[in-house]
Amino acid sequence: MSSEKVTRRGFLKLSAVGAAGVSGGAALLQRERGLASDVPTAPQGNGDPYDSHFGLGGVGDVDLTKFDPSAYLTDFDYGEVSTLENGQTLREYTIVSVDKEIEVAPGIYFPAWTYNGQVPGPTLRATEGDRIRIHFTNAGSHPHTLHFHGIHAVNMDGVWEVIENGQSYTYEFDAEPFGLHLYHCHTTPLKTHIHKGLYGVFIVDPPAPRPPAKELVMMMNGFDTNFDGDNEIYAVNTVGFHFMRHPIPIKKDELVRIYLVNITEFDPINSIHIHANFFDIYPTGTRLEPDGFTDTAMFCQGERAILEFRYKFPGNFIFHAHQSEFSELGWFGTFEVTE
Amino acid sequence: MQETQEKQARGRTPTWVIGTVPLLLLGALVWVFLTYGPLGVFQAAFPPVEELSIQRIVLPEPGVIQLEIINGGPDPVTVAQVLVDEAYWVHTIEPARTIPRLGRATITIPYSWVEGDTHEIMLITATGVTFTAEIAVATESPKPNALYLGTFTLLGIYVGVIPVGIGLLWFPFLRRITRRWLNFFLALTVGLLLFLGVDAVAEALELAAEQVPGPFQGVALILIGGLGTFLALDAFVRWTTSGARDETRARLVLAYMIALGIGLHNLGEGLAIGAAYAVGEISLGAFLVLGFMLHNTTEGLAIVAPIAKDRPARLLGHLAAMGALAGAPTIAGTWIGGFTYSPIWATFFLAVGAGAIFQVVHAIGKLMRQQSDDRASRLFNAAGLMAGLVIMYVTGLLVTA
Repeated sequence: MSSEKVTRRGFLKLSAVGAAGVSGGAALLQRERGLASDVPTAPQGNGDPYDSHFGLGGVGDVDLTKFDPSAYLTDFDYGEVSTLENGQTLREYTIVSVDKEIEVAPGIYFPAWTYNGQVPGPTLRATEGDRIRIHFTNAGSHPHTLHFHGIHAVNMDGVWEVIENGQSYTYEFDAEPFGLHLYHCHTTPLKTHIHKGLYGVFIVDPPAPRPPAKELVMMMNGFDTNFDGDNEIYAVNTVGFHFMRHPIPIKKDELVRIYLVNITEFDPINSIHIHANFFDIYPTGTRLEPDGFTDTAMFCQGERAILEFRYKFPGNFIFHAHQSEFSELGWFGTFEVTE
Repeated sequence: MQETQEKQARGRTPTWVIGTVPLLLLGALVWVFLTYGPLGVFQAAFPPVEELSIQRIVLPEPGVIQLEIINGGPDPVTVAQVLVDEAYWVHTIEPARTIPRLGRATITIPYSWVEGDTHEIMLITATGVTFTAEIAVATESPKPNALYLGTFTLLGIYVGVIPVGIGLLWFPFLRRITRRWLNFFLALTVGLLLFLGVDAVAEALELAAEQVPGPFQGVALILIGGLGTFLALDAFVRWTTSGARDETRARLVLAYMIALGIGLHNLGEGLAIGAAYAVGEISLGAFLVLGFMLHNTTEGLAIVAPIAKDRPARLLGHLAAMGALAGAPTIAGTWIGGFTYSPIWATFFLAVGAGAIFQVVHAIGKLMRQQSDDRASRLFNAAGLMAGLVIMYVTGLLVTA
């Protein structure tokens, strides 16, 4: 019983711990929409999800002119394309690491380290067998590298050749195997260089393309804004609750393909759950046959998968981490399915 | 001749001008700093030190949480988001999201808190710094209506007025014992008071460290409140008893001083009880109230000990007045603690109570030194002092429950 813990001295201490209650119910406040007790019971669930979801999600919106997670969904960088003498397709990319403050939730700014000024970095896309050449320049305040998940020579691995500030390095390798991969900085301390924002998605398409679909890139990430080794923000594509405020439009019966990568630092796993639907899952995207049919999947850091599904009914369907903690800290979004 | 020289030296420039010169220079320096900014070293881009202090959490009704915060840091702080139990939540901030130095703001969160549960509130500033506070046991905050006023008043009467009143009834007993034993009980009183005084200072220091925002300098508040009260009461006692060779009157004043000191102490105690009750920290079981009664009964003894050998006029009136002075502030304390609470003022009041108590200890000690000249009475006094401390410790165990 709590009263038994109270001491003469403890009275003040307890009240001081912030539990200090008081106030004569002076100002009774204006209740606003989104009050817990006002949870809508609309049968369709087609209302504005940001308003109706129990007040979850905080307030305001980020400056989308700086970085728009919705635009990132479908922003693929195929590089500068040319053909080598041996007939191989050459794709050249330019990546510059820069320090930049980014907005990770409305009003919360994070001193990030970025590739090309954005977190996640650009989504690089190629076809299996292409020659990849990346001109990397480190314009940041710390040494960095580019480490690709793929098959390549040791000096292209971005581990031993640390690129100091002001220096450049060219990474060159063949895009293999096909699948969904990622790249990130591999400079130590690793935790710092990764959670600061130095990562991006690397898609290698199979020689015979996958069927046409609405393709969406989602990077599950988090931000430790107070540097206590624990994330204050979780998200797909950096901004907490962004897809709650800006639902992703989908057509009913349309094939949707999500390239989902987990780079979340500090936590052993992250996960995704899609509401009122099931998806085919292709782990790492390295096979063309699905490995499972489910509605929830979990990923360790660096693990990724391609998800494919179609919505049978219209409406606003949410998707989120199936760790409630992560979803309430920002990893929460909505598909707006229309006829 | 010498006097003339001094006059001449003074005559050239008025004294107040000379005294003002350093101040003028300081003012000029401040102006330069504010106009041109600090030159050199200070301009390095240090990250701003943000310091928000959550002063109170109020649950005015089901589904609503309210916080009062003070910016105790050197720079303005912008509260970007508010989390309840690790979930980003909608909220409003009045008057503004950006709080200037020493500014205050009220955050209102529509959140269906759960009766009896623990909830954690986290504020994230624009720079990502976090500040957390805990609602240890969620329960609706009392409003100043008849029910709660009655409850708090009764509470104050139970733990303050009744015990002190009962303690005063030792008066006839004290009249019958010898001078030596009376001194023993006076020493015991000193022990009781010392315990209360040290306890109050400890509580004040704890509050100052944990809850008082930096710029309000909790420790300085304690020093000013405590020493100020000590000096003021000391001067007051000298003034009321000076000239009068009447020692009876001096001892009566001393008894009133003890009552006042204990009253101020009980104000702080009431404050703590009220604040704890308001947030459901204590359900005030019978045992707890009983503990406080035993603990506080000794305070009545302390008040009457100095006047036990006197026969002041209107004795009953004096006893009643002293009982009220010592016990009634508990009621006021529970009101203040229950309906409004500020760690800053609580710290200050605790210090004032401690100052009053130490003044009384000082006065009784002086009185006793005059009356105890042989070795045996000194031994009695020492034993009494220790007995007082031990009594407080043991009855304190009951309160700790």
